[in-house]
Amino acid sequence: MKTVIRSREFWLAVIVTVMVVATNLRAPGFAAPGKLAGIFNDTAMLMILALGQMSVILTRSIDLSMASNLALTGMIVALINAAFPGIPIPALMLFACLCGLALGAFNGILIWLLNIPAIVVTLGTLTIYRGIIFLIAGGQWVNADKLSPAFVQYTRIEFLGLPALSWYAIVVAVAFFILMTRTSLGRAIYAVGVNPTASVYAGIDVGRTKFATFLISGLLSGFCGYLWVSRYVIGSVEVAKGYELTIIAACVIGGISISGGVGTVAGALLGALFLGVINSALPVINVSPFWQMAISGAAIILAVVLNARGEKRGSRLILREAEATS
Amino acid sequence: MTDTAHEARHIPDRLDSPLRGAVFSWPTLLLIVGVVLFIVNSLASPYFLSPWSLSDATFNFTEKAIIALAMALLIISGEIDLSVASIIALASTAMGVALQFGVGVPGLVTIGILTGLLCGFFNGFLVTGLGLPSIVVTIGTMSFFRGISYIVLGDQAFKGYPAGFDYFGQGYVWWVVSFEFALFLIFALLYYVLLHHTNFGRQVFTIGNNPVAARFSGVRVERVKFILFCLTGLMSGIAAVLLTSRLASTRPSIAVGWELEVVTMVVLGGVSILGGSGTIQGVVIAAFIMGLVTFGLGLLNVPGIVMSIFIGALLICVIALPIIWSRTRRRAAR
Repeated sequence: MKTVIRSREFWLAVIVTVMVVATNLRAPGFAAPGKLAGIFNDTAMLMILALGQMSVILTRSIDLSMASNLALTGMIVALINAAFPGIPIPALMLFACLCGLALGAFNGILIWLLNIPAIVVTLGTLTIYRGIIFLIAGGQWVNADKLSPAFVQYTRIEFLGLPALSWYAIVVAVAFFILMTRTSLGRAIYAVGVNPTASVYAGIDVGRTKFATFLISGLLSGFCGYLWVSRYVIGSVEVAKGYELTIIAACVIGGISISGGVGTVAGALLGALFLGVINSALPVINVSPFWQMAISGAAIILAVVLNARGEKRGSRLILREAEATS
Repeated sequence: MTDTAHEARHIPDRLDSPLRGAVFSWPTLLLIVGVVLFIVNSLASPYFLSPWSLSDATFNFTEKAIIALAMALLIISGEIDLSVASIIALASTAMGVALQFGVGVPGLVTIGILTGLLCGFFNGFLVTGLGLPSIVVTIGTMSFFRGISYIVLGDQAFKGYPAGFDYFGQGYVWWVVSFEFALFLIFALLYYVLLHHTNFGRQVFTIGNNPVAARFSGVRVERVKFILFCLTGLMSGIAAVLLTSRLASTRPSIAVGWELEVVTMVVLGGVSILGGSGTIQGVVIAAFIMGLVTFGLGLLNVPGIVMSIFIGALLICVIALPIIWSRTRRRAAR
């Protein structure tokens, strides 16, 4: 019980709840079950992406190319759907996953085999992937009238009162929970982040583990590529531009340490929900949506400050860099 | 940086001769790439090789390059600042607000530069004062600074900057040499001296190579890093003055995405993203190369987004190729 109360996830959940209740006082009806389900549905993609980013950040890397990967895969499946409306949507979803996986593998290979820092590689692919969208689409948009009805329906079908999009997020979250806590890959991901040197001695291939996390983040980005186009019924170069930083923000707010090894599935989900609730609450309490950017920026800074407080144990670790060498 | 991609450091038995070192150094390689690009460009388009179009070409990279000079020092010391483009937005907004109160040209410039310095101060305090990782802090301040611009401006824009203010971004010092470009050259010289010929510069390298050894050698690591963050903020403020003057307006979306271009410029210039090595000459040449690529492709009617593919690929290639090259060489030596 004591550990639950002292955990970051508990307090984050409390903050999110307080935010919902406070908004409900100003604007009654905000906390109605239907409205909350709507917020959850709006945040579903951010949750999925934040989980992918979490696996990468846990190994002390970062994936800045997720939003570009999402946009590129979304454009590819949108173009395929526009050209061949007959292809069944589940097959298209699988293809989106594979497409994202391939783009993630490209990042992963460079990081694994050439040892290039992840931030440099994904900074490069961030612009490359988005540029390719322009090339394959010839600068065109894919609009609602070009997409088949089934393509759009697959995120909207309701099951037990929740739209399919929400169920996808729930399935991914459960799968991720099992992956991170019940499999050897999950253990390896944490181990590599906590102490790469010790991981090598424990028989963990650090490079291959990082590669695996980039496969995961790529796969989920690709999947969200389909979801995004289906949900917002638009494929263009501008899709999800700048969203990579929102994903990282969700992770940081969720208490996932950028220096690796610290973070939980619940944290990533709550971090995403935190941003989702803010987005939905601002218009309801008559705050201009232009405040949103500054608020999420302030939330990130605050979260980092608080995280550092939590991690500090009396003295400062000055040999952190030396430990990572060898 | 949080990466562990350190290659084991080898200490060579004997050093290469200075001549060999100069010929095979990163700036020399970059210079060759630059000259080749220059020749290809002048062959590809008849409009390229005129003093005025070359002068126009300098405008699309000088502001970024001015920030890149300070960013190079920051990255060499092992930190990074992703908020530079947002600092431009905030500084430009501050100037716009001052304009509404009827502040004159000298006042506007001062306010722009001071805002930049203040933002750098804030970043520096968070990173060195509270000991937070710079990459997350500056991702946070990146939304925070630009967010303030959005709160102030919304979807509006500040216009109507006074006469005389346009000189900074549009004026010419002598013939085709613009004020911006001249300023960049002066700063490049200053930063060259600062990094390569002063005590402070040596300390920056020491910190980047080994912060622990630097601390034990009496280098005040936190203070040096703090100064570097302030410098980067200051340069962003100066870039904000130039850019606002050039565009003669302020929107909250001003300079979006520049942080990545500035970092690309620095890394392309041979500065190690892990810190500890790099030169100002390299960064200056990289700035010219990026300017040449953008301008040359622009003359050939290549859309901006396709150019970004080139820049991204260039970034990955210049880092990947030397690694592949040194590996094959090591393998061949066995």
